[in-house]
Amino acid sequence: MGELLWLIPALPFAGALLLVLFGNRVSRALVSAIGVGSVGISAAVTLVLGIQYLSSRPAFIRQEVWQWFDVAGFSPSIAFHLDALSMVFIFVITFVGFLIHIYSTEYMAEDKDYARFFACMNLFVGSMLMLVMADNLLLLYLGWEGVGLCSYLLIGFWYKEPANGYAARKAFIITRVGDTAMAIGLFMLFQHFGTLHIQSISTEAAQVWSIGNETALIIALLLLGGAVGKSGQLPLQTWLPDAMAGPTPVSALIHAATMVTAGVYLIARMHVVFELAPAAMMAVAVIGAVTLLIAGFAALTQYDIKRVLAYSTISQVGYMFLALGVGAWSSGVFHFMIHGFFKALLFLCAGAIILALHHEQDMRKMGGLSKKLPVVFYTFLIGAASLAAFPLVSAGFYSKDQILWLQLAGENGNIWLYLAGLLGAFITSIYTFRMVFLTFYGEEKTHVGHKPTLAITVPLVILAVLSFAGGFIELPHNFGHVVLFSDFLAPILPAVTMVPDFNQYEWMLQLLAAVISLGGIFIAYLFYYKKPELIDSIHRSETTMAIHRFWHSGWGFDQLYDTLFVRPYVYLSKVNKSDFIDSIYTFIANATQGLHQLFARTQTGVMRNYVAGVVVGAIMILTISLLL
Amino acid sequence: MTTIPMETGLLLAGVLFMLGLISVMIRRNIIFMLISVEIMLNAAGLAFIVAGNHWAQPDGQIMFIFILTMAAAEVSVGLALILQIHHQLKTLNSDAANFMKG
Amino acid sequence: MILVWLIAILMAGGVLAWISGKVNRTLPRWIALAAVLAVFGMMLYLWLSNPIPVLGSAWLIQFDQPWIPQWGISFSLALDGLSLLMLLLTFFLGLLAVLISWREIQNKVAFFHFNLLWVLAGITGVFLTMDLFLFYFFWEVMLIPMYFIIGIWGHENRRYAAYKFFLFTQASGLLMLLAILGLYFIHGSQTGVYTFSYFELLNTTLAPEAARLLMFGFLAAFLVKLPVVPFHSWLPDAHSEAPTAGSVILAGLLLKTGAYGLLRFVLPLFPTATVEFAPWAMLLGVIGIIYGAILAFSQTDLKRLVAYTSVSHMGFVILGVFAFNEWALQGVVMQMITHGLSTGALFIIAGFLYERLHTRDLRQMGGFWTTAPKMGVIALVFVMASLGLPGLGNFIAEFLTLVGSWQANNWLTVFATIGLVMATIYSLRIMQKIFFESYQLEVSFPDLNAREMLITIPMVAMILWLGLYPQPFLETARPSIQEQLQAYTKPVSEREELPLKPENMAHVLESKTEASPAKPEDVKPFPNLQIKTP
Repeated sequence: MGELLWLIPALPFAGALLLVLFGNRVSRALVSAIGVGSVGISAAVTLVLGIQYLSSRPAFIRQEVWQWFDVAGFSPSIAFHLDALSMVFIFVITFVGFLIHIYSTEYMAEDKDYARFFACMNLFVGSMLMLVMADNLLLLYLGWEGVGLCSYLLIGFWYKEPANGYAARKAFIITRVGDTAMAIGLFMLFQHFGTLHIQSISTEAAQVWSIGNETALIIALLLLGGAVGKSGQLPLQTWLPDAMAGPTPVSALIHAATMVTAGVYLIARMHVVFELAPAAMMAVAVIGAVTLLIAGFAALTQYDIKRVLAYSTISQVGYMFLALGVGAWSSGVFHFMIHGFFKALLFLCAGAIILALHHEQDMRKMGGLSKKLPVVFYTFLIGAASLAAFPLVSAGFYSKDQILWLQLAGENGNIWLYLAGLLGAFITSIYTFRMVFLTFYGEEKTHVGHKPTLAITVPLVILAVLSFAGGFIELPHNFGHVVLFSDFLAPILPAVTMVPDFNQYEWMLQLLAAVISLGGIFIAYLFYYKKPELIDSIHRSETTMAIHRFWHSGWGFDQLYDTLFVRPYVYLSKVNKSDFIDSIYTFIANATQGLHQLFARTQTGVMRNYVAGVVVGAIMILTISLLL
Repeated sequence: MTTIPMETGLLLAGVLFMLGLISVMIRRNIIFMLISVEIMLNAAGLAFIVAGNHWAQPDGQIMFIFILTMAAAEVSVGLALILQIHHQLKTLNSDAANFMKG
Repeated sequence: MILVWLIAILMAGGVLAWISGKVNRTLPRWIALAAVLAVFGMMLYLWLSNPIPVLGSAWLIQFDQPWIPQWGISFSLALDGLSLLMLLLTFFLGLLAVLISWREIQNKVAFFHFNLLWVLAGITGVFLTMDLFLFYFFWEVMLIPMYFIIGIWGHENRRYAAYKFFLFTQASGLLMLLAILGLYFIHGSQTGVYTFSYFELLNTTLAPEAARLLMFGFLAAFLVKLPVVPFHSWLPDAHSEAPTAGSVILAGLLLKTGAYGLLRFVLPLFPTATVEFAPWAMLLGVIGIIYGAILAFSQTDLKRLVAYTSVSHMGFVILGVFAFNEWALQGVVMQMITHGLSTGALFIIAGFLYERLHTRDLRQMGGFWTTAPKMGVIALVFVMASLGLPGLGNFIAEFLTLVGSWQANNWLTVFATIGLVMATIYSLRIMQKIFFESYQLEVSFPDLNAREMLITIPMVAMILWLGLYPQPFLETARPSIQEQLQAYTKPVSEREELPLKPENMAHVLESKTEASPAKPEDVKPFPNLQIKTP
């Protein structure tokens, strides 16, 4: 087994290559076949491998395709590593990716750059798979930057609009800032271990460093820098809301389900290093907590449906960081998986709505769609319930509840992190159902044009089922106690050390979480369905409007970075456009020229002056020689 | 026969030389400039004669003949140049020939 | 003898091309193409046949013939892995330069090809010669035809650019000549043998003061050529005013002669002096990376922008050269090759656009993806290469360089890495302004034709190959790099006699441990040594 491993990323790459080379010359049907098919076969291979893996349960499978290079002992390979952790990620990437590809055949049907779209999407899936399957950090970095490139290309897919290009560049540059930190982390890791092979580092780090080692801390923080950039966490989160400029399937695949969770993967993958640096773990948790609150508040005030979802993604990834930060590795990964399902679902539903309303994204112009788009409505409702952690029946409840629970029950958690998570959950359910009520209830404000067909509805239904049922593979101790998922990950990711004798409070916390979630939904119902006049009264107050604007702008981070970094850089560059160093040389040249002109003036061409010159010279020489 | 003291002869040569020099510098007419150069040459020749006389050596007179020959050659070249300048510029003003002005 | 043939074919081809211009206008092109193809074929054959080094040294082929024996000058050529790679690059880019000039150059075709081939011959000589006098000779041979190429076939401001290029290179070259002569006389007075031979001069023992002065003489020439900020200002002018072929050769090859000179001459000839100078050199490198990147961002002339990116990328070269370990030096060699390709390709694309639009002004471009998607894809590949996207050759180069320089100096490496973010900023601007957004000019022009695809596709293939499987190149370069580093361990044996400062020694010792291809457990934990900036 494992001989097929290389096929999983190779197929999407091959698809991308074919589409780049021949995409413009073949029919759309063939483009769809290549684009969707390559990811589909990749998903099928994943399934086969997954079944094999589950039946034999090896620790990991490694396949070396070729040795990348070898310089003085630095010898990374193009090699793939499959274990439970990467299995989960591969599964989500290929299957969700496949569904989104199917969806795209309809969503992008009218676009003239159909082939380019699928080429980029395939390239993305390939790079993302590379990222999660890499057996060394350099190959991981390849995938890491590769997804960045695809994200750039797809955000700026409709390139005629300068704003899209701006958003695309912003995304690439900001994530590159994080990547730089990560690259420095890699240099340090290489310096200390002489390799970037993940397994070797994991085994050796625990032996070389003791807990609290300073080097480990620096490395962990640098890796965290990379993770923060890619996953849209504080302080590098500002690119993600703007990334919504891309087509909606892109937002669903890249900016919700897969790429933004690369940071989660990186931290989980390098958990050994993080465990050696408790301060870095705390940093992860705090970043997660602060991000989830900030993004949650920002989501409350957005009107663009995709921006709500974008902020919600930032917020949910914050939950994953919160989980990772307290050492609840498998809970973080579990939430990643469930989030992948329901967030992709929500984005795809939003896409269907946007398509139906002639590319209208403003929720204030939507409404009353529950009758017009029933499939979209019900699936969206399931996704929203999952996002808002609707008690008992949604997958999101189980994954998020576990994270919240471990903030108190885990040894590394504390009450503040728990409260932040709880407040975040409350806000989440408010903005989620605000979205539901604004979009699907009330009167119809825009005419429904395009009705979704099978290519859209089938992926929606499948994802809805997963968002509903996905949670049942991991149930809390006090009812059901199913631990399929954490057992699956147990060989890779250690379990949380629990605070002793805390289990009896679990049901209380669950009740609290359920109440919070339902309370949030009720508030949304009150404000956006029952009594919309309450909103108007809020809008009349100047203070609340100021807060509203502040949140709406994403807590002013864009302006801050604009003043701190962008403007000074652009200014510095513009002011020195003609290169002041060049003016030094120009000065030398000009000085020479000046002297030349000075002396040239003595050359009058008048013979008498020359005679006079000779005389004066002769007299001077005579005088000097007489005097000396 | 009273010998003229050498100082007097040299003084005459010096005065002649200065006259020639000043006239080269202030004259614009190029023919006059040529004449002035001749005067300077002859002043130098005179100085040689005086010196040769004083030391009772023939070298001074040899040098004068040498200068004379050279002056003849110089005058012929100089006149040719003057002819050309006149031909080209229709004037004998030396200041007009300032094409080499930097 | 094959080495002599390389130079002879190019020079003879040049003369022939010039003469044949009397007969026919296209004949010079074909002659030039044939000459470059011939040498490229020879080199490729040599590379693929895997020649065995002579007697355990790194040298593969040597040729030695007395030239002016009374002054100790000989016509001495030698080839090792490093020069082999450089020559492959030279002839590959030379081939492309002939091809891209096919339409672009319509004026004095014969003389152009004469100059082109003579530049290539000069570069070949520089990469091969092992006699310092001959080295200087070839250094000048490549300068003068380049001056003509810029001055005759360049854009509007070509005279100015050509003078500037000539003056900078010539002035710095003269300093190098002085240093060569200094070395010659010191060696002569010590041993009684007056010779310009590189191998003989390697054994000169120099007083620290003298070594420092002579090193600066050599550095002057190489740092200006590389170029290093603040000696870079000839480059943007020369690059942007030259015709496309000229820009490709300038960026792809002439800059590399500077890097090659550092590796081949400065490092082995003056080991102790370079160690002392290393922190400053690395600092200059980092300044170059950042300064070039900042300036590149605001340029509105496409070729000028690309020229500044060269300044930035060459900063990595000097950073790596003075890190003195195998990772960094391999990174430098890779950077020389990949930068030659990627920047060459960007200049070629600028040339294609100029042929179609007759402007290099970015403000007048935009939205060309619709018009020319093929050109867009190819530009995208090379823009990504220039920002160091993994999977393309430049990433390997920059990553190795940085890994190596990290071992030598942490903080400077951090700043150099920040340069990668800046590279992203300017690189994406190229894509944005040319291919994205909407039209600034209402023009429609043809996409790449067959000849243009023939030029660009091999470059794309090469950059991908270098990014995904660089091992053949690294293998070829390895023996010569290890040899340069071997020269580095020499002062250690003389440590007892020479009063050296301990912090310098620490560095030399470190480079010794790194030179041996060690297994991870041998090297671990790496002593975290830093060069202290004096």
